[in-house]
Amino acid sequence: MTNHWTDIKNADVVLVMGGNPAEAHPCGFKWVIEAKLANRARLVVVDPRFTRTAAVADKFAQLRPGTDIAFLGGVIRHLLEKDAIQREYVTAYTNAPFLLRADYGFDDGLFTGYDEARRTYDKQTWAYDLDEHGFARVDPTLTDPRCVYQAMKRHYARYTPELVSSVTGVPVKDFEEICGLIASTARPDRAMTSLYALGWTQHSVGSQNIRAIAMIQLLLGNIGIPGGGVNALRGHSNIQGLTDLGVMSHLLPGYLTLPTEQDPDLATYLAKRTPKALRPGQMNYWQNYPKFFVSLLKAWYGAEARKENDFRYDWLPKNDKTYDILAAFELMAEGKINGYFCQGFNPLASVPDKAKLTGALSRLKYLVVIDPLETETSTFWKDHGEFNAVDPASIQTEVFRLPATCFAEEDGSLVNSGRWLQWHWKAADPPGEARGDPEIMAELFLAVRDLYLKEGGAFPDPVVKLPWPYQIPRAPSAGELAREFNGVALADVTDPKDKTKVLARAGEQLATFVHLRDDGSTAAGCWIFCGSWTQAGNQMARRDAADPTGLGNTPGWAWSWPANRRILYNRASADPAGRPWDPTRRFVFWNGKAWAGADVPDFKVDSPPDEGMAPFIMNAEGVGKLFALGGLVEGPFPEHYEPFETPLARNPFGRVISNPAARVYQRDRARLGTARDFPFVATTYRLTEHFHFWTKHTRIAAVLQPEAFVEIGEGLARLRGIRNGDRVVVRSGRGEIKVKAMVTRRIRTLAVQGQEVHTVGLPIHWGYEGLTRPGYLTNTLTPSVGDANIQTPEFKAFLVDVRKA
Amino acid sequence: MSTRDGDLILRHTNAVRVTHWAVAIVFTALFTSGLALFSPFFFWLSALFGGGPLLRFIHPLAGVALVLTFYPYALSHLADNRWLPADSRWVRHMFAYMRKEHADVGETHKYNAGQKLMYWSMLPLIAVLAGTGVLLWQPWFAPHFSAGVRRLAGLVHAACAFVMFVGIGIHVYAAIWTEGSIDAMIRGTVTRAWARFHHPAWLREVGGKDEP
Amino acid sequence: MALQSLDVKNQSARTSTPPTARRTPEVAKLVDVSRCIGCKACQSACMEWNDLRDVVGVQEGSYTSPPDLSDQSWTLMRFHEEERDGALQWLIFKDGCLHCEDPGCLRACPAPGAIVQYSNGIVDFHEEQCIGCGYCTAGCPFDVPRLSGRDSKVYKCTLCSDRVAVGLEPACIKSCPTGALHFGSKQDMLFEAEERLGDLRERGFTRAAVYDPRGVGGTHVIHLLPHGDRPEAYGLPARPKVGLVQRAWRSGLARGVGVATLAGVLVAGLLHYMRYGPLDVPPGDRPDGEVKP
Repeated sequence: MTNHWTDIKNADVVLVMGGNPAEAHPCGFKWVIEAKLANRARLVVVDPRFTRTAAVADKFAQLRPGTDIAFLGGVIRHLLEKDAIQREYVTAYTNAPFLLRADYGFDDGLFTGYDEARRTYDKQTWAYDLDEHGFARVDPTLTDPRCVYQAMKRHYARYTPELVSSVTGVPVKDFEEICGLIASTARPDRAMTSLYALGWTQHSVGSQNIRAIAMIQLLLGNIGIPGGGVNALRGHSNIQGLTDLGVMSHLLPGYLTLPTEQDPDLATYLAKRTPKALRPGQMNYWQNYPKFFVSLLKAWYGAEARKENDFRYDWLPKNDKTYDILAAFELMAEGKINGYFCQGFNPLASVPDKAKLTGALSRLKYLVVIDPLETETSTFWKDHGEFNAVDPASIQTEVFRLPATCFAEEDGSLVNSGRWLQWHWKAADPPGEARGDPEIMAELFLAVRDLYLKEGGAFPDPVVKLPWPYQIPRAPSAGELAREFNGVALADVTDPKDKTKVLARAGEQLATFVHLRDDGSTAAGCWIFCGSWTQAGNQMARRDAADPTGLGNTPGWAWSWPANRRILYNRASADPAGRPWDPTRRFVFWNGKAWAGADVPDFKVDSPPDEGMAPFIMNAEGVGKLFALGGLVEGPFPEHYEPFETPLARNPFGRVISNPAARVYQRDRARLGTARDFPFVATTYRLTEHFHFWTKHTRIAAVLQPEAFVEIGEGLARLRGIRNGDRVVVRSGRGEIKVKAMVTRRIRTLAVQGQEVHTVGLPIHWGYEGLTRPGYLTNTLTPSVGDANIQTPEFKAFLVDVRKA
Repeated sequence: MSTRDGDLILRHTNAVRVTHWAVAIVFTALFTSGLALFSPFFFWLSALFGGGPLLRFIHPLAGVALVLTFYPYALSHLADNRWLPADSRWVRHMFAYMRKEHADVGETHKYNAGQKLMYWSMLPLIAVLAGTGVLLWQPWFAPHFSAGVRRLAGLVHAACAFVMFVGIGIHVYAAIWTEGSIDAMIRGTVTRAWARFHHPAWLREVGGKDEP
Repeated sequence: MALQSLDVKNQSARTSTPPTARRTPEVAKLVDVSRCIGCKACQSACMEWNDLRDVVGVQEGSYTSPPDLSDQSWTLMRFHEEERDGALQWLIFKDGCLHCEDPGCLRACPAPGAIVQYSNGIVDFHEEQCIGCGYCTAGCPFDVPRLSGRDSKVYKCTLCSDRVAVGLEPACIKSCPTGALHFGSKQDMLFEAEERLGDLRERGFTRAAVYDPRGVGGTHVIHLLPHGDRPEAYGLPARPKVGLVQRAWRSGLARGVGVATLAGVLVAGLLHYMRYGPLDVPPGDRPDGEVKP
């Protein structure tokens, strides 16, 4: 979230698209209701199904799964054609006036630089026209045909309401009504918030879905202001924390990236990741990358990390390629990964194509499952009749189950969608032999270190010399880990402007990442968490609900990264002269001497407006990017591509049907189905009653939603002679499941490109373990295709057939 | 051959008497338990049944017992309860009869018209009580019927129960009032004189049977 | 003396007047249907607080689960799909006891003290007094109480009288994430509901209304219905009341008539006997000799 949960109450329009917060985030949804009550906000829901969120919406439209960019592109066209944008904001705070290189272009579904054989782009033409200082040229009048604004206008001219309607299935009238509601927030005194979740990310164009809404919000001037923002509703209580701590194959904590084989030494690594400002006078905050990175190495390698040994950069693994989850299972299926630690994860239910996964897991030598529950993954080798028909005798994988604790059985912090680190306290002892994950990991580490010490190895240093400073080595406490993430001064840290002024004494917890240094005098395990556990103690444990401005900003409640800042880019809540856009929502503004207001300014606090520093300080250009330079792999503007399994024979927007830069393994491509065999469009989702595959282990949740089902519309039911409550077979190119049918008016037959498209809704919660009625994993059906940028699987749009069982 | 007034005549066989008292006991149970359910004023009667829940359990079972005992009994008495012209005459003189102004009761067979009225009212009443009782019978049958049906059933059941009580009340009183009746139902016999006085036609019919 | 908020003002099958000198404010739960997202947190909280666990059923083609109220499910989210003038509505309704001011269940109940009404308006079942006759299920205009097949006792929402007695809100209120459920004095709840009507009307629900039916003397669970002109759309009766049949069946008058009938029969018999004496066979009618033909 750029903003946070409570801030939703400030919105005038709430756009829910690519998410279903009433069902998946009912507690956070209270703030949508609050916006309706206190702010007379209008709730707009665009979804493949009439959901529980739609049940309380002011306006609902049903769109075909996988056509969000068509819809949002149409919205962008509407805003530009009707000039329903906040022009001053767009001119000053976005790259709309920036001139693009003359050789940038887009034609018939492809941007310039495409290499068809390698399915990748050479992104060098997607760049600004730079002047002799290396700064981008701009045209504040937005009239130069090479400026981003004009390029954008050209790009989205094709997204007419008629074409949008014919691709998405949303009637033109409904589409235009929704465009009007969205456009109503272009005024400085109105804000729209965008709430999305996996309905946008789980597509082969997932990242571009988010880009599209970000562009709309920038055009409307809705970023950095109360009630605005692009707000990802995270799917687990601490999945934000997982991302923050870089628990992904290409990341390090704090959104630093893991080196690759192209980064042989520290200097090369840092040079590639430390950007230069693209406009004069900009903060370009990532220029501090070396401070964050060196502090991380110091936190990990301690005294071993010294300037002369590149702070032990050589101990870090270097990626030769990506090891995302799809890649990992592909390697497993190839027999190239033969041991797997599965911690707090149920991949058999969560990673696409269960049959492929079962085959892959069966090739492992060992599988370690660390989980509080008996997951389907941990019993993948067991014969569960029709629900998991395997022959245990033919599976040689040794499975170890290490029982872990649940959240209520341990101390720690959870990072919510709004980036708040909230400390929680252990409420109960874990049952039986269950232990906290840090304990389990620590014991494993100590055992491995002992083996290295005894037997040696090819490269023992990163293990045997790793500092392990915890009071109880086999059980690092949550507090110790949190203090390590926050960071500590290793030597006195002084003010660069006044060397006599000591900002932090050696040994003290750091108060802010501003104090981090790249000379080895500071350590911080996750620079964005710096400030969460200071000399003043655990800031995450604060529980002061005071909201002094009435804008839902509660600086004394827990702690928000970065720097306890609640709304990112909040400098943009004031106009270029530093005055609040909306005098009734004075958030962060220039008070004559400094930036001040309800929130911690996301800005150089003493830089007066006339210095011309722009609000998006993390960007090298200082402004929000309508045109994404090289960030995403399939283009600088979001373009509609059909899902990899589509009911259409062609893409009405251009000759390329599906995402041209997406990686699809041969094995998986062979398992894709066609509309002839699988005529219906399926989408998967969660229901309120369950949390993924966990709560089926609790009795009450099992009572509330006892058995697997598929939602189909009345049109499809008629077509296949299915009655409500019938048992049906749902088939895809990957397999089939048998579930109950729920025939509903909440899913309509759509008219798309002159054909009828039926949508099939597949809730995901059931399996063959737990207290609900045993069932198939929905994952049996899903395609192993990922988003082109980060490989989030395409769970939200694929093809199936449905027949009576 | 001569007979004496004091000679005893068999009026009720052993089987009839046993059945009658069985019906009487079942009715008493039903009535007292029903009364407890009907009015809080009489809820204390539930103590006789081991408390409210047991009472609620027993009452419908007693109802079944009543149906099973009463109807075979009643059917076996069908012939004796046919309505005759003399019965209508009896009814016309009923109040005089009650005042002991001995109008000629005429050709009274085994049962007089009052007893027949009682008989014919009980036949449908018990049927209606049983039927409505099933509609109210928890937990086995009642859940299959709507609340509206059950409410009406409750009302009809209660109303019938009171009509029945009035009938049974008259029956019991008449038995007490008419000396010898209770003896007849206990021992099975009446005197010749009693029979001649109350049921002359019957005495004639059974005349040959009262030989000592 | 009972806890103040649990002073009993009425009870089933009573033969005397409960104490009335002390008064407590009437409470109410407000269900703002327009804010309800059908998340079933209330259902879950109800099971948690009251230690109830319904059976794990089967999917029958509806989000309503379990399929009905039961001895283990005292509240239930019911989902109705409705299409009018081309617009789809998913009406989500929290079913359960409405705590009538004039409770049909209490009128119907023959077991003294099995159903009580507290002075704060809560209608509560005391299962230990329940005899299992099920009359309350016939007496309820809203079809709420459920007789357990296991113990032949009747169960329904208590409005968490145990929590309310110690100053807490009912468990469902505590759990509701969107504020669709409110709890307070009935006066405050009515005021709040009226306030909300304006917002609903402005959003196009011109027939929005507060459901607090007079036919049962008002209720202590009141509903704010966006389609206030059609309570049936949510599964609520349009004009609930304790009907004539039930009044006739379970009223004091009927009981009076009944008991009077009993007494009448006894008294009539007694008077008759006193006046006329027993009917014995007259002595003069005992001739020795031939039987008359």
